[in-house]
Amino acid sequence: MIEPKIQEQSSVDGVQTRVKFYQTGTFTAGNRLLDKELRTVQSSQERSNAITCGHRACQGCGEALGARYALDAAIRAANGNIIAVNATGCLEVFSTPYPETSWQVPWLHSLFGNATAVASGVAAALRRQGKDHIRVVAQGGDGGTTDIGFGALSGMFERNDDVLYLCYDNQGYMNTGVQRSSATPPTARTATTPAVGKAPGNPFGIGKDVPRIAMAHNIPYVATASVANLHDLEEKVTKAMSIHGARYIHIFVPCPLGWAHATRDTIRVARLAVESGVWPLFEAEHGEVIHSSPIRRQIPVEEYLMTQGRFAHLFKPKRDEERLSALQAIANKNIERYHLIHEEANA
Amino acid sequence: MLKQIEGSRGVAEAVALCRPKVVCAYPITPQTHIVEALGEMVRTGELPDCEFINVESEFAAMSVAIGSSAGGVRSYTATSSQGLLFMTEAVYNASGMGLPIVMTLGTRAIGAPINIWNDHSDAMALRDAGWVMLFAETNQEAVDLHIQAFRIAESLGTPVMVCVDGFILTHAYEQLDIPEETLVTKFVGPFQPAYELDPEHPVTAGALVGPEAFAEVRYLAHHKQLQALKRIPALAEEFLQQFGRDSGGYFHAYNLEGASTVVVGMGSVVGTVLDVADELRKNGHSIGVMAITCYRPFPFDTVREALKRAERIIVIDRSITAGMGGPLAADIRLALENRLLPVHTIIAGLGGRPITKASLKKIFERAPLGELPEITFLDLNWDMVKNELGAEVA
Repeated sequence: MIEPKIQEQSSVDGVQTRVKFYQTGTFTAGNRLLDKELRTVQSSQERSNAITCGHRACQGCGEALGARYALDAAIRAANGNIIAVNATGCLEVFSTPYPETSWQVPWLHSLFGNATAVASGVAAALRRQGKDHIRVVAQGGDGGTTDIGFGALSGMFERNDDVLYLCYDNQGYMNTGVQRSSATPPTARTATTPAVGKAPGNPFGIGKDVPRIAMAHNIPYVATASVANLHDLEEKVTKAMSIHGARYIHIFVPCPLGWAHATRDTIRVARLAVESGVWPLFEAEHGEVIHSSPIRRQIPVEEYLMTQGRFAHLFKPKRDEERLSALQAIANKNIERYHLIHEEANA
Repeated sequence: MLKQIEGSRGVAEAVALCRPKVVCAYPITPQTHIVEALGEMVRTGELPDCEFINVESEFAAMSVAIGSSAGGVRSYTATSSQGLLFMTEAVYNASGMGLPIVMTLGTRAIGAPINIWNDHSDAMALRDAGWVMLFAETNQEAVDLHIQAFRIAESLGTPVMVCVDGFILTHAYEQLDIPEETLVTKFVGPFQPAYELDPEHPVTAGALVGPEAFAEVRYLAHHKQLQALKRIPALAEEFLQQFGRDSGGYFHAYNLEGASTVVVGMGSVVGTVLDVADELRKNGHSIGVMAITCYRPFPFDTVREALKRAERIIVIDRSITAGMGGPLAADIRLALENRLLPVHTIIAGLGGRPITKASLKKIFERAPLGELPEITFLDLNWDMVKNELGAEVA
């Protein structure tokens, strides 16, 4: 965790003041305020580069960004010795249209629902060949993780296989045309939960909180992350790579196409999800939460919802107060559960 | 070495001699004894340097095998029935990716209604999955086919399924000759991986292939199966030279020369068929038997040649394609090309129904008299069927 940075600065009249920069940690917008060794190197030819430019992701794709940062961090952590296993989905489709590929690491795709099991097999093969220095990272979208690949994911966790699994959660089946998944939030409009009828959008359910389900397996490391905070994501991947056994990072990746927001707003939408408590950022080890990233200035959930066309029916033709407050209640519960509001931070 | 052991144990010992490095297991009757035995061998060290991975489903079993085979080691699993169907997507994927996985299928019926006993419904359901499919006639052949299977798989980059009749073979105790390790090691050779997942030389495996190249990929898969068709009898010959046993190849021919009636079957039923045929031959019947070992790829040319003097053919099918008939009979008809001769399908032994000598004898005797219909359900209980159909058949 990067703590807020305190710097001595002299103002115009020459008076020395202590300035607390919140542009660190969760709130870091760029590199310039970070210490040099913490900065992400974007333009160096030496930087690790799991997925090259030229792939076919949509403009503003959160998954492409999240995958690049996560995989790059994994590459750095393993000195380049990684094998990536991919579930079927947007990431697989936009990165490998034969005969092209964007992957600069050995990359294996089998099916939609089996990336974890395939990764377990690769890990076993490496172990049997004495190639312990090569690490296995598996990845997929929320459909491949929380729905069709859920059994295999749980199996990999339960066996504690030496695999880091990265879930890029854009809250729906975007590759097939924006259908609902078990990660789609209540009220969200998708192609299979259209914004029509008495309760437009995805119905409220009990929910499926896969990071907490992962924690229930008592695996060594579980974390949530967001493309709104790439440094935090990198740190979490780096930490996960320092651990052996089953590890899980669930990454919030907005989808401009599916969520109907401006392509330039991907990071903003992700940030609002964090700041509203919709997307809590935390880490857990062996089933216990060990750290959560505080919200500096809490915003109402509707500020997050209003950025996206998939929630437009909550505001027009008239405000759906009942369901807006139910969504706020979910965020409040997150804030309470993960202690996301620190009194000091809000002072 | 001769051993009095269960068929499953024999298969497990043969697989162990081939030194797989990853064995994935998910329990389903009747294949369980095979993976149980392998699991124990891994624990005791009898099968050294091998990971035995208990997975949460057959889909995962095949998926782990896909990962470990692509990851560079010899990989094995076994399944039956519903398990094969549950892993279907991964079964096709393994062949599509050209991974030399060997799997034992302890053949069993498919539900509904649920039934744990033997027939070939499971194998037939996946006959188009792009795997080499070999059917063992006896437990000794099951042992021998597994040793050949790894060699076929790895020399061509194709998965191989060895079909062993559930219960009838897998659970039968008999004397089996388990080959010497040195001979097996020499025959099978070191593992030949399909891919090198090497960070120094990264490859992308399993890419999205569009209309511009998909047909070519499928053509190459077909070509590979045609190569397997050449390789399989050659390897059976090599096996004969090294182990002194005639196992595998396309099919086993019993008294086909000059036989006017030829009975075609696959798997353990052939033993019963041979007994009946022997008795009938003593009574002056002209009857021969063809036991198909190599079901996929199907050796059309050789089968055609071997059947060219037959006047009628009886095919014992251990499964039914409802609305069509017997799948093996369909392939035999295809092999005969334009020859017009009676091909009688006997749907027999579904869901573990015993195939008795007495019932087969009646069938074989009726065939030359021209009394046999195109399809016969062996020993069908008509009272039960009529009861269900009611007025429809009254």
